[in-house]
Amino acid sequence: MSAIESRGYSQPDVLVSSDWVAAHLDDPNVRLVESNEDPLVYPSGHIAGAVEVDWTRDLNDQLRRDYLDKDGFEALARRIGITSETTVVFYGDKNNWWACYAFWVFQLFGHDNAKVMDGGRLKWHREGRDFVRDQPSYAATTYKAPARDDSSIRAFRDQVLVHAEKQLPLVDVRSPEEYSGERLHMPDFPNEGALRGGHIPGAKSVPWARAINPEDGSFLSASELRAIYQDEQGLDPSDNVVAYCRIGERSSHTWFVLTYLLGFENVRNYDGSWTEWGNLVGAPIEK
Amino acid sequence: MGYPPKLAELVETLELLSRMERIDYLISVADRFQEVPDNIARRPYGEEHKVPACESEAYMWAEKQSDQTLKLYFAVENPQGISAKAMAVILDENLSGEPAEHLAMVSGDMVYDIFGRELSMGKSMGLMGMVSMVTGSAKKLHAMIAEATS
Repeated sequence: MSAIESRGYSQPDVLVSSDWVAAHLDDPNVRLVESNEDPLVYPSGHIAGAVEVDWTRDLNDQLRRDYLDKDGFEALARRIGITSETTVVFYGDKNNWWACYAFWVFQLFGHDNAKVMDGGRLKWHREGRDFVRDQPSYAATTYKAPARDDSSIRAFRDQVLVHAEKQLPLVDVRSPEEYSGERLHMPDFPNEGALRGGHIPGAKSVPWARAINPEDGSFLSASELRAIYQDEQGLDPSDNVVAYCRIGERSSHTWFVLTYLLGFENVRNYDGSWTEWGNLVGAPIEK
Repeated sequence: MGYPPKLAELVETLELLSRMERIDYLISVADRFQEVPDNIARRPYGEEHKVPACESEAYMWAEKQSDQTLKLYFAVENPQGISAKAMAVILDENLSGEPAEHLAMVSGDMVYDIFGRELSMGKSMGLMGMVSMVTGSAKKLHAMIAEATS
């Protein structure tokens, strides 16, 4: 039994170890995808053969506040040289925060042959493994994606309003300062700021990084995660849960943890998150 | 824009670069990063030197020079804090030795002028925090100079 399998996750196959990645660097059926917050990180060095998927340029519609559509996803898939059969392994900086965000967007298009490298860049670095600066290029592929399916893992404003009214579980994964409303945003950030601070009424505060071992960026074991989300917060795997943060990136990490590592059956990511809710006229807020 | 001359020149140069050229340039800048020397600071670094909101755990020291300017030093504890290292080098190379009153007026917008607009809020906050640490030190020095000469 591998170290990952021994941690008791609901779907251990969704995680791969750095050893596994090192053994599949030349596997044509595996594509490594690095997604980071810092735009300088990938060009400064990445795992050999990895391509970059940038959250602003590649995953978002460049005009409307929305994710890329079917055509955009197919174009992205062609660019990074994957087919629907390719095993896509995501990893990145910030304890795989942005990797999980990219993973989540790929699930909107049903690319379920996807995994996350446990520990991301931090663990790879701590293990003394190599990073390279050569940027690979792959032959363009033909990828036929289904229409984006927002119905099962994405939550929208009106749905969240009803969810909150029904007092169904909400998980606010932002920092305690953001949850309490003490911190709104920095000046000069009109795109990501909010007019009101606080949290959606009834939301539980579980900062996303609590799911991570800070030493190497790996995920906590299932029992440690259960202690946080189930024993401490009272969530149940059968609950209908909505997770949110500021723009839906950190909460995609928590969505990943609840769905794949703890086996929650119905978790949605509210990507409108606080930048929408905190600006929404009349929306209920708690501090 | 109100940048001191060297910084203004750098910003003008960066405006001419493509996104990839800018990234390559910034990575080459980050490669020049040198940590604060032992004669200025040693670990554990004081919290008063920690850059607010910087997730790369950057620290800043501003040493007053005999010509009444500041020499800037930085530490970046996150080995993957490439942008923070690039910013540290740019702040040191372009603002150390400039008059304190000029440093005090540098706007946090320089983050966008250097890195472009494709930055997350978290990343921008950390880099702006580095600028604000520098301007804060410059304001203190400028106030001391003004008081001494009044």
